[in-house]
Amino acid sequence: MANFEIPVLREVPEIPRVKPEAMAHSAPFVSAAKFQEPLGYPGALVENWEQRAVEKLGELVGKYRSLQVFLDSCVKCGACTDKCHYYLGTSDPKNMPVARQDLLRKVYRRYYTLPGRWFPKLVGAVDMSKEVLDDWYTYYHQCSQCRRCSVFCPYGIDTAEISMAAREIMDSIGKGQKYCNEIIGKVFKIGNNLGLPEAALGDTLQGLEEEVEEDTGVRVRYPLDEKGAEVLLVTPSADFFAEPHVDGLVGYGKVFHAAGISWTVSSYASEAGNFGMFIGSYENMRRISLRIRQAALDLGVKRIVFGECGHAWRVAYSFLNTLAGPFDFLDPRYPVPQHICELTYSLMQEGRLRFDKSKNDHMVLTYHDSCNVARASRMGPEPGGQFKIPRAIIRATCSNFYDMPPDTIHDATFCCGGGGGLLTDDLIELRVKGAQPRMEALKSVIDDHGVTNIAAICAICKSQFTKVLPYYGFGMDMIVSVHQLVSNAIILDGQAQ
Amino acid sequence: MIVTVLYALIFYVATVLFVAGLAVKIVQFARTPAPLKIPTTPAPTTRAGVVVRMGREVVLFESLFRSNKWIWIFGWLFHFGMFLVLARHLRYFTEPVWTWVALIQPFGMYASFAMVGGLIGLWARRVLVDRVRYISAPSDHLMLALLVGIGLSGMSMTFLYHTDIVALKAFFLGLIRFDWGNLTYLPADPLLLLHLLLVATLMVVFPFSKLLHAPGVFFSPTRNQVDNPRERRHLAPWAAQLESGGR
Repeated sequence: MANFEIPVLREVPEIPRVKPEAMAHSAPFVSAAKFQEPLGYPGALVENWEQRAVEKLGELVGKYRSLQVFLDSCVKCGACTDKCHYYLGTSDPKNMPVARQDLLRKVYRRYYTLPGRWFPKLVGAVDMSKEVLDDWYTYYHQCSQCRRCSVFCPYGIDTAEISMAAREIMDSIGKGQKYCNEIIGKVFKIGNNLGLPEAALGDTLQGLEEEVEEDTGVRVRYPLDEKGAEVLLVTPSADFFAEPHVDGLVGYGKVFHAAGISWTVSSYASEAGNFGMFIGSYENMRRISLRIRQAALDLGVKRIVFGECGHAWRVAYSFLNTLAGPFDFLDPRYPVPQHICELTYSLMQEGRLRFDKSKNDHMVLTYHDSCNVARASRMGPEPGGQFKIPRAIIRATCSNFYDMPPDTIHDATFCCGGGGGLLTDDLIELRVKGAQPRMEALKSVIDDHGVTNIAAICAICKSQFTKVLPYYGFGMDMIVSVHQLVSNAIILDGQAQ
Repeated sequence: MIVTVLYALIFYVATVLFVAGLAVKIVQFARTPAPLKIPTTPAPTTRAGVVVRMGREVVLFESLFRSNKWIWIFGWLFHFGMFLVLARHLRYFTEPVWTWVALIQPFGMYASFAMVGGLIGLWARRVLVDRVRYISAPSDHLMLALLVGIGLSGMSMTFLYHTDIVALKAFFLGLIRFDWGNLTYLPADPLLLLHLLLVATLMVVFPFSKLLHAPGVFFSPTRNQVDNPRERRHLAPWAAQLESGGR
């Protein structure tokens, strides 16, 4: 099945010994000129790129306090060395967060600090070179920007910030990653990551209406570009396309229907995911975000609700107001934006949704906290609502639920292994190996509690698990959407039994 | 006399570099914009909450405690040992000596064992744990050597070979008061001279090295930001400029 060694799932995980260069061969396809230029980047490696890279680094250090403080503050204590799922799964020491940061830090030290200029060998500073650039390209594409290291660092150093900066530098000198940049181009051209045109979206949504009516006897609407709707739903385009994502979309529609809230999808902003974040580009992230603002204005909606998507929720929750605000034209009684789980949960609290839990009795569930939801956002008014609310929805719709071990959930959750712009087949070995810690945690609840399914609220997690579960001997359909569980259990008025 | 003048100069230069270097970095940290809200969540939703979070981080090393109990215990022993030792040293720079400084003298003396013990524990990890060995540069070992050297030379004078502490205090009070006319002779005691030289080295190195983690932690956006991006629009000056360039 694979031309690499699939990690063994152990009862008691242990920290591997370092195996230098174990993943040095893993790098994604480099972006061609036609994918670079629409984003404002040079099509190929520019002349005197060494100098340009160093200059760009200096520019970013001046624009981002995170970068400046993080590059200066690391003491190499080693607290993060066993926290990255890619290190745990690959044993490559450059996948230890501090070592990954050092790939950039050693260049920063060389050009922007006195000890690095005067005594480079002493402080481990190096010149910008082909070798350094190759290491950057290789190892900054082995970071899923999941922020697990930042939880455990005594100074809160977040390797995601370093990875994003490194990718931005590489893009600016003409060495971009094909996967991310091609996708961002599709958003600019068509409106979503998958490149689904308006007509295809319309067909899909209409098909869903027919299916749901067939299943339930209720005419639940799945509207596209409907002016005057109350809610603009922004959801990952995978929700229109793939299992189990689409089952989640079916669930959102049923929730809106049951609550009597009119809603619509926009073909212009038919994507929640914002890959501008993965490449550390404020400008591209902003361009994508402004499409959502524009769609909300054009359609005259009063609220914006995001579907199940982890990184999208980070950009939406933490950055949207900054990038595309202020949203003073929307209904001030609701947070902007709102997560579909927040909406469903508040309707549950108000007693406006009825569930028949037995519809999910064929499953024993666990829940995967998606990294960017867990560590870079919130749901509801209280810190930690991002852990509580999705679980409350699962418990309300399912009878059997068990959490994975405590050091693998909530803000200590392990990334699925495919986040941060790495969900591409050219990185499959990395994705499989990086999933090992999550798979080990999953195996422990399968063994202890007979868990049959794992629920998630992230399009990348869902796609990644679908692909990776079989490598570990699990069924690809173990992964389900949280709103798929809602969809199964919800009782609609007039529904056929 | 030459030694006394030399050390007087060394300490003036070291103090200027330490204060000015640190001030430059702190101003730089404070002035560099943080364009996006990136607190590591769950995060406090109020300023007061952030103060509490930062307090726990700085006093208890809370994240490190969650992360690795060995690094935590060694790191905490070292830092709080050093804190007491430094507090105790205030008596060499104040006249009259403040009451609380007088009271903590015995604690400060024995805290040096915690300080050096913690440092040796951290150094052992740097050598013995393959992951930490991999990330260590020569400067990381030198920094530990410097601190251990300061600790051991100081402890030797506290517990074994006492120096003329009265003369030393007179020397430093003279420096602090810029009273150069009556510059008191520094005792020509090799252990003392070594101790002082290492301390001056540490002061000079501080603003140019990873010791910047001390001010840095207070400026770390993942720890010092309030989690309220939906309630309050956060916009950096350069982002506002980008915005006015065209929407």
